Amino acid sequence: MYGLGILKSLSVTMGRFVMTYVDDLKWFLKGGFGKRYSPVALPVRQSPKGRGVFTVQYPKERLPLPENYRVFPFQVIDPKTGEARCTACGICARVCPPQCIWIVRATDPETGKPKREPAEFYVDVAICMSCGFCAEFCPFDAIKMDHDYEVAAYKRDGEFLWNLERLAKPLAYHAEIHPTDYMAEQTARGRKAVREKK
Amino acid sequence: MAEEIQISPPTAELLSILEERFPGAAQPAECEGVVIAPDRLVEIATFLRDEPGYVYLSCVTGVDYPGPTARFPARFEAVHHLFRFQGGSLTLHVHADRDDPVVPSLVSVWPSANVQEREAWDMMGIRFEAHPDLRRILLWEGFAGHPLRKDWQEPYYEADHKPFPSRYPMGRPVPAEERTLLGRNLQYPPDWSPAGWKLQAEVPVYAPMDERAAEGGRPMHTDQVVINVGPQHLSAHSALGIVACLDGETIQRLEPVLGYLHRSHEKIGERNTWLANMPFTDRLDYMCSMSNNFGYAVAVEKLLGVEVPERAEYIRVIMAELTRVMNHLISIGFFTNDIGVYLTAMLYALEERELIIDLFEMASGSRMMCNYFRFGGVARDLPEGFLPLAKELVYERLPRRVDELERFLMDNEVFRARSIGVGVLPADVAVAYGCTGPLLRASGVPYDIRRAEPYSIYDEFDWDVAVRDGGDIYARFAVRFEEIRQSLRILRQALERLPDGPIQAGKKQPIVKVPAGEVYGRVESPKGELGFYLVSDGGPNPYRYHIRTPSFVNLGVIGELCRGHLVADVAPILASIDIAVGEVDR
Repeated sequence: MYGLGILKSLSVTMGRFVMTYVDDLKWFLKGGFGKRYSPVALPVRQSPKGRGVFTVQYPKERLPLPENYRVFPFQVIDPKTGEARCTACGICARVCPPQCIWIVRATDPETGKPKREPAEFYVDVAICMSCGFCAEFCPFDAIKMDHDYEVAAYKRDGEFLWNLERLAKPLAYHAEIHPTDYMAEQTARGRKAVREKK
Repeated sequence: MAEEIQISPPTAELLSILEERFPGAAQPAECEGVVIAPDRLVEIATFLRDEPGYVYLSCVTGVDYPGPTARFPARFEAVHHLFRFQGGSLTLHVHADRDDPVVPSLVSVWPSANVQEREAWDMMGIRFEAHPDLRRILLWEGFAGHPLRKDWQEPYYEADHKPFPSRYPMGRPVPAEERTLLGRNLQYPPDWSPAGWKLQAEVPVYAPMDERAAEGGRPMHTDQVVINVGPQHLSAHSALGIVACLDGETIQRLEPVLGYLHRSHEKIGERNTWLANMPFTDRLDYMCSMSNNFGYAVAVEKLLGVEVPERAEYIRVIMAELTRVMNHLISIGFFTNDIGVYLTAMLYALEERELIIDLFEMASGSRMMCNYFRFGGVARDLPEGFLPLAKELVYERLPRRVDELERFLMDNEVFRARSIGVGVLPADVAVAYGCTGPLLRASGVPYDIRRAEPYSIYDEFDWDVAVRDGGDIYARFAVRFEEIRQSLRILRQALERLPDGPIQAGKKQPIVKVPAGEVYGRVESPKGELGFYLVSDGGPNPYRYHIRTPSFVNLGVIGELCRGHLVADVAPILASIDIAVGEVDR
């Protein structure tokens, strides 16, 4: 009969509509009003088990970011020395697809020989394509991909050319946002130190 | 180039047949395939199509060799990739003079050559003789030069190859605003003056339409109207222009106007290092970055000759099939948007897609621009928590949601009225126009590269090629639904059997050197055949980097599909082809 298909479609829509209220009710029974928008509920709502509305109330609510999430690079500052781990080897600048990393290698003022540290280090984040190659290929774990995606600025020129100071973040921050990676690095560094002692 | 000319047995056999039929017209090529004398090309192509059964012209492009080498003088090469449905490929090279490159057009043999030869003319400046409509396709009429020639330099030109020496060790940044846009590249034609200049770029677009409109001979005197749809239009899916010539409300002639999203992907690709192209491929079809990665990785691995570890292969297949599910969901969702259901059904589809890109984000770090594949493996292993989520999605949620979506659409009278019998594509036309993917399979041709020429480990899974006979919009969506189910079937097997082990062959290198040679690697991306034609000169950068994208070639048939239909059918037909303009314009 003509029209049955439309009724079938509408039943699907109706089912979805009812489901959102069922979901609300479920959260209400678990913890009253607002439970659905609590940090406990968010991962469940957004998982394959979620049955209700998918909308996240940004910026009040934020999706948890997975560890591998990547936006722009940052420089890891070693707490022992207070300096960047970077040795100015230039691998990141070479592997960078849009060529947005600019490094000036430091030189010893007395001998004029190049030193293993950057004098200047820039990332033009207006050009950066967030591919993560710099962090992936850095042999010294000195450059990592950040989770901070709220970087809007009022001016286009200048504000997005980040220098070493703007890029620097403490090691503890890296350990916080990349716990698995950090553990793996620490074990590898420990093993290397042991090998060097022998 | 290889020292010794290696001829594969099928090519040798074919060469002897060609030598018999067309003495002296075919020689073995340096790397792969055969070199055809230009004056016999059309004859030989017709023969190859009709007798050995190379019915499918996949890719047409050109390669520029600006300087004479030890082995050959300066020249252009036009490269044609042919395939047979029963398996087997063939590469035809045609050499042309560097100063005045002319190659016979194959449009009379394969209509699919039309758009691709126009692209080669636009980008390389190879003139295809007897092409019915040799105009620029991606750039505008009046553009100076042909950008993919090796001696053409772009604005802000810095060096031929990345990495640029200005970045390290004395990398003081120069903002783009402070540099001259064209630098040394700025030049005007000798007789050009800004005073008397008029923009001519649109004349070639409208002239054929006006001609058509001026044709008389209709029983009643009615005017024909030329209308523009896009480039900013809701249903054009992105910046795609469409020019249609109407008689009343019936479409007489329709042509897509491309290039609004052209961003010289191939030129950038030839400046880049091999690995640096990987994140750029994400931006081709921005919905299916994993499949694009896959295509590029497969092509480069053919040149490198690396064996991918088993776990990496499984991960790749999981990602590629999730992408297929996701792409088809988007395609179905946006189609309902185009026929006027607005956002309801689209958001049902996008919800599931959201869950899939959550998985991509977990594994690769980015939702859409995944950049997950590496030569010989994948970027990183699957994180903890990926498999349970993926299994929940693949076993529990997606099958139910896909059934629900199908229930929502396929019996709906409105959906059926807008899709059955609209935009019918007969099988022979589909093949002649080089259509691939669901578009071809909905016309009753069971051709899927995963089956016809299995790459990666697709031959280890148990699955069927989805195919329908109708050839109309309805059949295309029926194929997509079926393909989602088949992908879920592959996913279930892959998730079940995912082995342990390394995810990368050898050590990951930041700068990869690829042995000299040429290769055409292709994969079945969700939209159709995605091919990468790569030429390496042995250095760290590709010498030639050409992408045959499914959207671009499939879009070439839209004029045929729309003829005789109403304006209101253009949007559904376009949505049923399923294009991503990022991939069309590159």
